[in-house]
Amino acid sequence: MIEVDRIHVRFGEGPGAFIALNDVSVTIGESEFFTLLGPSGCGKTTLLRSIAGFIHPNEGAIRLAGQDILSLPPFKRPVNTVFQNYALFPHMTVAENVGFGLEMLGRPRAEVTRTVEEMLALVKMTAMANRRPSELSGGQQQRVALARALAPKPKVLLLDESLSALDLKLRKEMQIELKRLQSETGITFIFVTHDQEEALTMSDRIAVMSAGKIRQIGTPREIYDHPRERFVADFIGDTNFVQAKLFADGTVELPGGARIRASLPKDAVPANRAVTLVIRPEQTVLEQAPEQAQLSGVLENVVYCGTDTHYHLTLTDGARFVVRRQNNPARPVTFEKGQRLGIGFDPQAAQVLEG
Amino acid sequence: MAKPKTFDTRRQAGFTAIAAFCFIVLYLPIVLMVIFSFNSGLALTSWEGFSLSWYVTAWHNEVVQAATIRSVIIATVATVVSTLVAVLAALVMGRGKPFRGRSAMFALINQPLMVPEIVTAVSLLVVFAWVKTTTGYSGLGYLILAHSAFCIPFAFMPVRARLQGMDQTLEQAAADLYASSWQTFRRVTFPLLWPGVLAGAMLAFVTSLDDVVITEFVKSAGQDTLPTYMLGQMRRNLTPETNAIATVLLVFSVVLVVAFFFVSRENHAKAQL
Ligand SMILES: Nc1ncnc2c1ncn2[C@@H]1O[C@H](COP(=O)(O)OP(=O)(O)O)[C@@H](O)[C@H]1O
Ligand SMILES: [Mg+2]
Repeated sequence: MIEVDRIHVRFGEGPGAFIALNDVSVTIGESEFFTLLGPSGCGKTTLLRSIAGFIHPNEGAIRLAGQDILSLPPFKRPVNTVFQNYALFPHMTVAENVGFGLEMLGRPRAEVTRTVEEMLALVKMTAMANRRPSELSGGQQQRVALARALAPKPKVLLLDESLSALDLKLRKEMQIELKRLQSETGITFIFVTHDQEEALTMSDRIAVMSAGKIRQIGTPREIYDHPRERFVADFIGDTNFVQAKLFADGTVELPGGARIRASLPKDAVPANRAVTLVIRPEQTVLEQAPEQAQLSGVLENVVYCGTDTHYHLTLTDGARFVVRRQNNPARPVTFEKGQRLGIGFDPQAAQVLEG
Repeated sequence: MAKPKTFDTRRQAGFTAIAAFCFIVLYLPIVLMVIFSFNSGLALTSWEGFSLSWYVTAWHNEVVQAATIRSVIIATVATVVSTLVAVLAALVMGRGKPFRGRSAMFALINQPLMVPEIVTAVSLLVVFAWVKTTTGYSGLGYLILAHSAFCIPFAFMPVRARLQGMDQTLEQAAADLYASSWQTFRRVTFPLLWPGVLAGAMLAFVTSLDDVVITEFVKSAGQDTLPTYMLGQMRRNLTPETNAIATVLLVFSVVLVVAFFFVSRENHAKAQL
């Protein structure tokens, strides 16, 4: 559907130029909910603006349904944007805002009116049709911005941190709303966020970015369970990193000497080398007998967090390790600070990373 | 709830006295001028009774009529021309690609504010005198041209301020929604710029209407505008007729300013996001 092919974006000239996008390639499918996830300043907006046509990449190509769109100005691209600050036209009513795109496309008045009604119903804003943007709350403006961008039925909808400005409760509502709109319209959504939880719950696939590069593309499950880089593992969810050694037979030696068959990366990793294991805190359990467990450590601290309790341990090699356990009054636990405990986990849930 | 004590100029010693003094210096002469426009006698300083006779005299004075018409024609054309130029210049400087000579252009537009008016007046006199003798044309064109030029910065400043305060993503949003550059300008940029344009036009109009120095130097014989007519009266014998004309001009500009205030406030309310 949409193919971004090795684009580079530089701001400024010569050796002092800032490289905002460095060899970025991604292919996004029809009707996909695709998320660009990464910390602030990593180039998400730049990639979105390149697709919309407000930034012209220095190198590379962007194709939509096989056709190169880089030569087209923004107003000729069948792509609409929901801007980070909504950018509603303050001098027009809600209905005029929503109808603007269709009007510019030269659609007959009757069709514009009908589509505007449809769109306002879709985002539940029919009652507000004659208000001005200044008379709406943040969440309502958000809905109008969505309706305005959806009205011309674009092939691709770009959403730049669209939910970031909303408070938590409204944000959760809008997340569900967005998913509903996406499945009802079948339009491809490219959604930008720096919130990993939002990305995991909403997306069909996620591209994790940092410093102008795409680090990994995959489904939320792939990204979470099988991160390919330390950055990805660290950025998404809470993580334990454990130093280990990989052998030629594919087994991994843990601090303390236990050997396990962990999940190896797709690309072969050279054997007999130090590697890092990624182990998620909620995929581990504490055991009273340290001798039989894969890892062991001394319990340093216990932090109660309502639904969970976090157990902070120090491993034999001095590294910190967190075990998360769901609280259940029916199964009380008796771990003492300073006690040496075993840490158990499914070997396949431990992901091997190079280095 | 007690308000925290902050620095407040109004509570400083002597503030009221200074404010009152400034107020008197600025407004008392105007009040006196207005009062004496209703004087029935000839004098500007001794009150002889209330009358509207000087307004009637001014109204029927053919020289005043001609000067008024001339002033309005010049101000109207100069307003249209200078506002057009100002809007184009503001757009080129605020929205166009950065280009060489942008600051030179800025300096050019603001020339009338930086060069003393008398200098501009003398240089225009010299140039126009030469053009007059070579072409033989001695109509209102010279005054209109001069006024159009010196009104540009007054029309330019509010337009530029408005454009700088405008959210550029609105124009991008329009382009994103299939509006061509022209449609974006017509449907988004211009409506949002409009209060600035209106303010600029009003400023230009008032500036032109009020001008003495350049007009005095550039005008040919029999081309008095209202202000130069009033100046001429002073050289002969000043009567309350001049007060009456000045009062009408005062009322006109106050009405203009108040009208502008309401227009811009309404627009501001509409544009608040
Ligand atoms: N017009 C520009 N000129 C110079 N640098 C820019 C410009 N736009 C963005 N950048 C820089 O490019 C980087 C990526 O920006 P952006 O794509 O907005 O990041 P994100 O949306 O991921 O937070 C940032 O470091 C930013 O400072
Ligand atoms: Mg951004």
